Amino acid sequence: MDSHALAAQTSETGHIEHAHPPHLRHHFETVEQQREAASFGMWLFLLTEIMFFGGLFCAYLIYRNWYYPAFVVGSHQLKIWAGTTNTGVLIGSSFTMAMAVYSSQVRNRAALIGYLLLTIVLGTVFLGIKGYEWHDEWEHHHVPGLNFSVSDFVHTSAAYPEDKPLPLDMAEKTQVYFSLYFAMTGMHALHMIIGVSLLIILLAQAWGGAYTDGHMTTIENFGLYWHFVDIIWIFLFPLLYLISRHQ
Amino acid sequence: MSEPTHHEQHIVTPKIYLIIGATLLVLTGATTAISYVELGVFNAVVALAIACIKASLVVLFFMHVKYSSKLTKLTVAAGLFTFLVLITMTMTDYISRAWGLW
Repeated sequence: MDSHALAAQTSETGHIEHAHPPHLRHHFETVEQQREAASFGMWLFLLTEIMFFGGLFCAYLIYRNWYYPAFVVGSHQLKIWAGTTNTGVLIGSSFTMAMAVYSSQVRNRAALIGYLLLTIVLGTVFLGIKGYEWHDEWEHHHVPGLNFSVSDFVHTSAAYPEDKPLPLDMAEKTQVYFSLYFAMTGMHALHMIIGVSLLIILLAQAWGGAYTDGHMTTIENFGLYWHFVDIIWIFLFPLLYLISRHQ
Repeated sequence: MSEPTHHEQHIVTPKIYLIIGATLLVLTGATTAISYVELGVFNAVVALAIACIKASLVVLFFMHVKYSSKLTKLTVAAGLFTFLVLITMTMTDYISRAWGLW
């Protein structure tokens, strides 16, 4: 087809007229095929993310066995109420994101905007509580490499009087626990920050009428990402906060 | 030209999302409450079992895998399998290094 013929068929919106929805790309046969390909691609990306966080989980598993007493007292320093609240907040945000995808599917613009906004608010609340916890750990000198002191671990802690003071060499190993804690919660929070940033863009586009016209792969794939980040936290919460409580 | 894949879109209802969301919150409360009970080694087992149930609910319903094509299900299963290979192979090596020395 030469350029003149192409120009003749181009409509005012710049799209060449065919009998298909404007969001169907030319290299796909059907909308379902396009949707399936986009979803498959997103899942492949999430598999690489599983392996990335999997490496961190694996390191945590091995070092927890290795420096067990240090990991137990390190874990006792975390606030269980903050971790539990944040888990609830994140599950709430996953619910609102699922509802945003539903609103997109039933083409309800007002509901889509509302649920995206709620997801942004809950995601920000999560980051706020996480930031409060990090600030508290900074104040208590629990940040390896920047602001760390073994004094909480070689003396009896006021918060956990039943914890026996550790010998100095094991007390130093609490830095391994806190390094992994900051690496894992930090990487998770980075994913949350990226997620909230993308949500703000999606919200602006939805405000302009996008994603309620039958094209929703972007919203659906973002939903997959958001739920994946939720799943990572579902495992971080018991591993970091809960399982060492009684040891 | 080969036939395009056919998988009809399934819209999950808000009722199901609400039930799953509420179940996840109840399980979160349960896992925190159980962590206050002295169970020895089973504290970790129970906490991780609850986490696996929660993750499965999110994957199956919030991420629509229960209603997805076989390709998507296979992809998710492949991810889980590769992750298990990572954990078991690493732990096999780690546990067997000092074999017989304890």
